[in-house]
Parts: sequence; structure tokens; C-alpha cells
Amino acid sequence: MRLKFEKRPEASTAMLYLTPVAAVLITMALGGVVFSLIGFDGFGAVREIFISPLVNAYKWQDLAVKAAPLVIIAVGLSIGYRANVWNIGAEGQYIVGALAGTGVALLTHQMSGFWILPAMMLAGVLGGMAWASIPAFLRTRLQVNEILTTLMLTYVAVYILNYLVFGPWKSPTSFGQPQTVLFSPSQSLPYLIAGTVVRWNALIAVVVVLVAWFVMTRSVFGFQIRVVGSAPQAARHGGFSADRTVWLALLAGGGLAGFAGILEAAGPFGHLIPQFPTNYGFTAIIVAFLGRLHPVGILIAGLVLALTFVGGEMAQTTIALPFPAVGVFQAMMLFLLLAGDFFVRYRLVRVKPKSETAPAAETSTEAA
Amino acid sequence: MNNRAEPYRLELTGITKRFPGVLANDNVSLHVKAGEIHALLGENGAGKSTLVKMIYGIMAPDAGAIEWDGAPIAINNPRAARRLGIGMVFQHFSLFEAMTVLENIALGLDAKLSPRELEARVREVLKQYGLSLDPHRVVSTLSVGERQRIEIVRALLLNPKLLIMDEPTSVLTPQEVEQLFIVLRQLAKEGCSILYISHKLHEIKALCETATILRGGRFVAECDPRRETSKSMAELMIGASLKEIQRSPGRHFGEAKLVVRRLSVPAAGHFDIPLRDIGFTVRAGEIFGIAGVAGNGQNALLLALSGEVTSPDSGAIAVDGARVGRLGAKARRLKGMASVPEERNGHAAVPEFTLADNSILTARDRLGMVITGLIRPGVARAYTGKVIDAFSVKALGAGSTAGSLSGGNLQKYIMGREILQRPSVLVVSQPTWGVDAGAAAAIHQALIDLAAAGSAIVVISQDLDELLSLCDTIAVINEGRLSPAMAVADADADIEKIGLLMGGIHGESHLAAEAAHAA
Repeated sequence: MRLKFEKRPEASTAMLYLTPVAAVLITMALGGVVFSLIGFDGFGAVREIFISPLVNAYKWQDLAVKAAPLVIIAVGLSIGYRANVWNIGAEGQYIVGALAGTGVALLTHQMSGFWILPAMMLAGVLGGMAWASIPAFLRTRLQVNEILTTLMLTYVAVYILNYLVFGPWKSPTSFGQPQTVLFSPSQSLPYLIAGTVVRWNALIAVVVVLVAWFVMTRSVFGFQIRVVGSAPQAARHGGFSADRTVWLALLAGGGLAGFAGILEAAGPFGHLIPQFPTNYGFTAIIVAFLGRLHPVGILIAGLVLALTFVGGEMAQTTIALPFPAVGVFQAMMLFLLLAGDFFVRYRLVRVKPKSETAPAAETSTEAA
Repeated sequence: MNNRAEPYRLELTGITKRFPGVLANDNVSLHVKAGEIHALLGENGAGKSTLVKMIYGIMAPDAGAIEWDGAPIAINNPRAARRLGIGMVFQHFSLFEAMTVLENIALGLDAKLSPRELEARVREVLKQYGLSLDPHRVVSTLSVGERQRIEIVRALLLNPKLLIMDEPTSVLTPQEVEQLFIVLRQLAKEGCSILYISHKLHEIKALCETATILRGGRFVAECDPRRETSKSMAELMIGASLKEIQRSPGRHFGEAKLVVRRLSVPAAGHFDIPLRDIGFTVRAGEIFGIAGVAGNGQNALLLALSGEVTSPDSGAIAVDGARVGRLGAKARRLKGMASVPEERNGHAAVPEFTLADNSILTARDRLGMVITGLIRPGVARAYTGKVIDAFSVKALGAGSTAGSLSGGNLQKYIMGREILQRPSVLVVSQPTWGVDAGAAAAIHQALIDLAAAGSAIVVISQDLDELLSLCDTIAVINEGRLSPAMAVADADADIEKIGLLMGGIHGESHLAAEAAHAA
């Protein structure tokens, strides 16, 4: 007996929505078992990571803080992924966006005014776009695969960050610590709700989701992205240029990642330090897929992934679960989601063993 | 039925194969003698490939019997076929570019041989048939003819008793064809039967002793090509049942709407045909047909006309006097050029999109479905509804996905989507491919009406019946070149000429010689 995969005639729509939910649930079950087997309180970990932050109201604001950058980056990535442009270097674009915005902040440090923060945000968006335009150029001119270039440029961005905060941008009052000066009040993102840690970026994330939703469903740009992703040949027939689409997809992803970067620098961080990159750019890839590349789905998925971060921190203190365990949970989620997607589109069938050349009359006519 | 002393090497009786919606082979019989070069002849879609796939064990027949050297057998898979001594050289090669000739041959063999042993055997075969090929060359450095030789050697290593060649000369130069024929004749002399699939009549006359002709999945005739003329075989292949062409005399055409002048497009890949010096003019009210056997540059021509592939020469194509050669598909549409490619799913339409979204794909700019970068879904839905009504498309509505429609209905929608935009020039490829008779008639009527309203229409088709009943003017594309245009009234008297042009005989001198020979 042999098994083989066979394409299902039609993928069920219900399954398309159920797989992300199933992926999260199976991750919880499997994670509990695996961590129990290696000697931790596995189901305690699952409870701390996935449940505790939800039942503790004071943790909700932490969820918003973590989810905001994830959602903003993932929305940008999802635009590219829909067009089959695989930007996996949002982390780098996020860093360069933060660097560009911080550059504006350093230039305007002695000034004050309402225009400074918007100028920083604009610089952040442009910085992220500039970083993403390198892979766009290489892909459209020299056919260099964007998966490699976007990823590798992330490491370049990290080194530029380190060079700047250890060198020219180091604060004179930091007692040798590698960090920039603290941003002034007119350079910092205000709190959305007084007395909480929730800043304006939480609201901005929701606005980004709504705008992206509108753009993807109602604009020619969104239409172009969808056609190129579904049927590249039909896109050419419709008069959409493949190169232009690559550019637009990478600029959208880079711009939003850069935007998230400066919002983070001007928000929770308040200055740049070598520890600024926290893998939001990579986690956002999981968010984008878990959210089915749909802006609203991404909003929900962003909250789920934020849950694992917040819960992971709690589990660290309450049951001494090492923080990298969170990464294991997140990766398991993506893996199970992709595996689930595969089974939505294919099914496993058993292949009947066929006899080889049967030189007999009795088999000569049946073999259909 | 054969009381001969020597049984047939291969005998097929009553072979039938049905695919969803199509009867690919209907009660087909074929007899191949030992040491015979036997041609399998037919137009595209006549069922040649299906038949051969069943002989090579890739598919199983629904009904019918296969006998091998007089004994009934079932061939369940290609490995079983090879074990019997059936070798096959496919039209498209399966070779790894980065590996050497020898490595490629080793990968394709069922038996495991040591590299040294294999090389000795390969060299032996090469010497025996006078083939020149260096076993240690990397495939990527070889010409197409040399690549084919790898496949031939691979087949010959099995000491085949029957060698199937699927359109082997479609990618070869005339010199390479000559060399191939020498090898095939030598093989036949040694007792190996050869089943030679082609539609090139002059080659078959030069090479084959017997020909089996298929049309529409059915056996039509078995003949001796050396005694037939290309004309008689072309008629058998195309079918003599050509419809009467009814053109009102004194129809007259308006100004030139589409002018193509010296249009050349380089081949995109090894199996692509470059377009060479294409030139023709289509006037208002005229339907211009382009006949030809598949794979002679039709696809490249459609892409070059639609603007999906642009030309460096802006004057190569003119629509209503405007030079559009360097413009892309979107800009050409705004100038009045619409097109319908052959492939419906994924090229003319996006299967997972709704019909309304598919209308946006090609009609958005001409019909105001977009304002300042935003889509107006209401306009798209209204237009789609109009197309559905006007072309009686069986669909639930503008919100149905294109993929949920049957082939014929989707084709009606696509044709309607372009025709209702009232283009000045419409280029369509295979407008009725895989479409039932009723839908085909509706599509033909719509094209005639569009022409009557003053548009210029180009129809690229392999269906000669369709072209002769639809078109005012016809030209034949062969190996990327377009023959001079012929008025259909004249061409009708001269179906022989079209058949010969389709088979690759260029120029009047060949025709004259051919006619003299037949007389």
C-alpha cells in the first residue's frame, strides 16, 4: 500500500477560516504536551501564555502595546504576500525606519513644535521604503530573489543601528552606555489613555487596518495586487506591469514596517538602543499568515501573537518558563497553520498497488 | 483477423478513451508491422497524443484491445512498456540542464549500470547509428538537435522493438531532420518499428510507408503516403466536410484599422517560435483569419498584438493610424485594441475572481469603472450584467466566480466582455476551443455583427472549418512566418494551398511541383 496526496476539487471556504483557529488550539495542546515531556509545567505554561493575559484586565493594555507594531508591519507584508512578493526583511525595514525618524529627532532636539512628530513619522516611512527599494531594484533589474535580499539586508540594518548608537549618535550624557539621547516630549508619541501604557500607535494600527482594507477591496492598486497574486498572466493581459507590482508591494511593506519602527522608537522606547530590534518584523510574518493576509484577520492575529509575548513574560516569572519558549509556540503556530492549509487543499489517498505487465487476456480490457 | 504468417508488432483494435466532456479516442484501430515506419497523422486535438499515451502505458483505454506480437496484453505503466521494448521520444525533453549527457541518460534508465559500462554502451550506440554526441558535455551547452539525440540514445539503449517519435522535427533544423531520418531508416531496416507522429506532410511522404489518419478522435483512413499527394492527405486530415461559405458578393471594407508591418519577436525559450517579419492589414468590417498548426507562433502573435509583449518598433503595429508597437496592453486598449487569448483560465480571466472583477480586468479604463484610482463596483456589476444578458451566459450573476462557469459559458462571457466594449480592433485566439456547438454559433454571430458594425477582427484558429466559414481573408502562420493574405472566396477553391502552407511548404514552386507530381 502506498499513500499519495491528491488535490481536492474545491477547497472548503469554512475550512479556510477554521484552520487558523485550529492551528492556535492545536499549538496549545501540542505545546502543553511537549513542554511537559521536557520537564516543565507544560499546561501551566499554556495557561499562563494563552489564558492569563486575557483574564487579567491590567494586562490588556500590554496586549495593545505589543499588538500595534505587529499589526502595522503585518498589514504591509500581507500586501506583498498577496502579490507573491516575499518580503521577509520587515525587521530591517523597521530598524531603518526607526533610524530615519530618530535622525530627524536628533536634528530637531533643541526645537519644539507640533510638526516634529509628523516629520519623524514621515522620515520613518521613507526610511523603510528606501530600505525595501534595494530588493525591489535588484529583483526588477537583475532578477535577484527578494527573499534573500530582504533577509540579508536585515543584518545590515542591525549593524548600522549598532554603529550609530555606539558611535556618532551616542548620547554625551549616557556615561558610555550605547544609546541616543532621550526624545523630547514633542518627539514622543503621546498616550492615548491617560494612566495607561497605551499610546497613539494602538489607534494608528486600527486606522492602518481600516485603510488597508478599503485600499485592497476598492482601489485599482488593491485589485492589481490581487490579480498579480492569483494569475500573473491575467494581470499582464489586463495591462498591469509585473515590475511595477513588485515595486509597489515592497514599498508598501517597507513603508509600513518603517512606520512601525519610528512609532516604537518614539513610543515605548523613547530613544534608540542596541536592543531596539525585538523581532517584531519576523513575528509579523506569522501574524500576516495567521490573519489570512486580510487586514481584519491580521488585527485579530496580531492580538493573538501579542498574547504569546505578554503571556510569555508572565510565564517567565510565575513558572520560570524560559522566554525562548514563546518562540517555540509561535513557530509551532505557523507550522501548524501551513500544514493545515496544505490539508485544506490536498487530501491523502491510498494508491492501489498495480500489477506490472500482465501478459494475460483477462486483464487486457479492464485496466481503466 | 490476421492470418498472416507474421503477426503485427502492435495491433490496436477498437480503442476508446473518454475524458470528462470529450471522446478523445473513439473506436480507433492501428496496425504497425515489424520494421515499418508508420505515420500517425492528424490535426491538433485529433487524438494522436491520447492514443500514444495508451500505447506507452501513461493512460489506460476505456475499451479496446492491444496486441503485441500477436499476444493480447495490458500496458499498465511506462516501465512495463519499456520492458516490452517500446521506447518513446517526447516532443518536450526531460533533461537536467546542469548535468552531463551521460548523467542524464543514467537517470532515465530502469536498469542500474556502472558509469563505465554505461559509457561503453552509449558510445557503441552512437557509433552504430553515426550519431555525434559527446557523453561528457553538459546539457546546457547543447543545441536542441543534440538534446533530442540524448533522448533517442536513451530509447535505443533498450533495444526497442517499437520507437514512438512525437513530432520530433518540430524543433529541428532541416539538416538535423535529414540526420534523424537516416537514423530512423537504419533502425527500421534492423527490424525496429517506428510510430512517427507528425502533421508535416512532406516529411511523412519522404519517410513513412504507411499512415494512419485520425480526425476528431476517430480513425479516418490508412494509406500509403508515397502513393498519396499532400493534398489528398490534407483533405483526409482536415475533413472534406467543409461548409459552404456564404459571403454577400460586393461586400466592401472600410479604411485600414489594423496595420502590422515587419513585426518580429524573438523566441522566449527553446520551444518557443520567434515571429519573423509578420505583415498584414485588416480593414474596417473585415474578419481576418490566421490558420496554422499549433505551436507555429500563434501564441507569440497574440501576445505581440495584445501588447502583453511589446515591440521595440513603434511602427510595427498601428491601430486606427496610431502607432502602438511600444505601448503595453492597457495603453493599446485605450487606443481601441481588444484581445482574447486562447487560455481562458488564468489568462483571459482569473478563475477565483467574480465576473464583475473580471470585467474590471480588461474593461476598467474604457468604460469608466475607475475614478481617481478607486473602483466603482456598481459600474462593473452593471456592465457584467449586460454581458451576461447579451450573450446568454449561464451564471447566477455578476457575483459568480469565473471558475464556477463551464468552459463554453466562460468563453461567451469573455467574448462578450470584449465585444461590448466596441473595440476598433479585436484579436481573438481559438474563439470556440472546447465550446459546444450552440455557444460556438453565438460567438461566431457576435463576431460577424461586430465586424458589420465597422470593427476589424483577427481570428487565430487551428480549426480551418471555423476560419473558412467566418473569415473574409485568410493567411497561414508556419514557423513564425505569415503567408500572404488570400481572399476566402479564392482560398476555398484552394484548400490544398492552405493545407500545404499549414504543413510547411512555402512558395508557389513547391505547389507547382506537387501538382505536377499528382497529375
